[in-house]
Amino acid sequence: MKEYLILLAQKHESFRKAELEALAELEHVAVDLSQHDENVPLLYVTLDSEEAARKLIRRSILARSIFEVWGRGNSLDSLHEDVKQRTSHLWPEYKHVSFKFDIISYQGSRTKEEQREIVESFSYVDFEGPIRMKDPDEIFTIVEQYKTPLLPVSGCREVKDICFGRFIARSQRDIIDKYDLKKRKYIGTTSFDAELALISSNIGLAAPGKIVYDPFAGTGSFLVAASHFGAMALGSDIDGRQIRGTARSNITTNYYQYHMESQFLDTFVCDFTHNPIRPSFRVDAIICDPPYGVREGLKVLGSKNPERYADKLPTKLETGDLSHLRPDYIPPKKPYHFDALLDDLLFFAAAHLVDNGRLCCWMPTANEDYGDRQIPTHPDLTLMSNCVQEFNKWSRRLLTYSRLPRDGSTTTLPPTARSTRIYTEQFRDKYFRGFAKTKDNE
Amino acid sequence: MKILTANFVQCTVKACGSSPDCFPLHFDQQTPDLPLELAHEDVDFSPEFICNVLPRIEWPALLTTARELGNTQLPPAKPEIENPSAPENEQLLRDLHTLLLETQIIQGSMRCANCGHIYFIRDSIPNFLLPGHLVQ
Repeated sequence: MKEYLILLAQKHESFRKAELEALAELEHVAVDLSQHDENVPLLYVTLDSEEAARKLIRRSILARSIFEVWGRGNSLDSLHEDVKQRTSHLWPEYKHVSFKFDIISYQGSRTKEEQREIVESFSYVDFEGPIRMKDPDEIFTIVEQYKTPLLPVSGCREVKDICFGRFIARSQRDIIDKYDLKKRKYIGTTSFDAELALISSNIGLAAPGKIVYDPFAGTGSFLVAASHFGAMALGSDIDGRQIRGTARSNITTNYYQYHMESQFLDTFVCDFTHNPIRPSFRVDAIICDPPYGVREGLKVLGSKNPERYADKLPTKLETGDLSHLRPDYIPPKKPYHFDALLDDLLFFAAAHLVDNGRLCCWMPTANEDYGDRQIPTHPDLTLMSNCVQEFNKWSRRLLTYSRLPRDGSTTTLPPTARSTRIYTEQFRDKYFRGFAKTKDNE
Repeated sequence: MKILTANFVQCTVKACGSSPDCFPLHFDQQTPDLPLELAHEDVDFSPEFICNVLPRIEWPALLTTARELGNTQLPPAKPEIENPSAPENEQLLRDLHTLLLETQIIQGSMRCANCGHIYFIRDSIPNFLLPGHLVQ
């Protein structure tokens, strides 16, 4: 067992632990992440081996890199003492390799002069190999974090934590740029931020050999992200125009753009409440951002005036043809409630996920009245994490559930049973009201 | 649409859900306006994926679909593969890969044997939306 230091991105802090937990599960790495602090970009962990450290981080979007800890302290002196005590037996192993030193400072900085002094203070490790700034065999890094001052007094900042470590591996954080929506050929108004889509796929355990399904695929943002991690992606949407795109620009051309057309299974047009997937078919993960009616209307099949179809007979055109057999036929749709859709989604996930398969779904909440009772529940699904991205007056949350193993008995609720959330006003109504208080609430 | 997908979709009319005839959807009757069109598209071979998906396949339904699309070469019972990397399994896995993932139904129609509703496939994308009179 050895101590390692993970440097974390200072963004989407509430997703970091959930992502690392998911990667630990996926890679079978035993690790205790309870020390994670959303306010600190450093996380010390204990791992079995260097291989475990590489595995834990190799798919991460929110970790930056991982280091083998050679020593820690709250001052340079105490650090040196710790390094000498912990690692003097390791020094001969690195005596002749090429190397360089790096200094990373959080909430503070050092002048070039000071940096050189710090590096030189490590001369006792007695490395004789060549110093190479480009592609050295080893990178030794000093990571220091300063105390946040109560008063902004310049020049007298105190070091809170200083660590000396050997660089082990980088994460996949640099691929965010590759999937940047600005560079993607086919996008739409509902395309999902690449970084958060990739994080969702990590938390959803997308991996080679698996099928990941997005029932609200739109332009395929989550499909692309899941496929990046090797999963076969399956998507559907009620809006055929988004699924089809145009002849030159569509979901398939995005797959060609990223050279991963072999990871694309299929897309089809369907209404989620009339889903064609047979009851016995299982998918490994469901990752989606359901429509909540702000950028896209939330509709399902049906008619606002069902009397029109009460006779259950197809509509005949004047020519005698049946209207629904025409290629340009547009079926009638009716508005639907987001809460009802979430319940349908959990019910569908409980029925169609493999044991321990994951449902990752995004849900918007108004900050003024958010409470746990708004989190949908299902007896066959355990809530694994609830990560939040905050905007001014509202937030969106990534809810992740795991399908409990089926122990032979099926406890799946009949479709009529609903979770016991209290439905108040629809999110979209609050959104368009600007989250101002209504008269009734005053 | 890939043949694999055809193996996990059924009629979306609610009243058909309880009927054994709502799955698989049938390719035996095509409309002249939209003749059946198949194509081969290369997909990287992943024995791991085929092995993972094989237990989820309804074999008799796959036999029906394959026969209706002109393939009668499949073994009558679902093969069991313990070790995806064993050389003696490679040919079988490759054959399944070609059938399930590389055969594209570019256009055509699928029919529910229970209610008779027809679902169209255009530009490889099936449309499962229902007309007003079939929605409850």
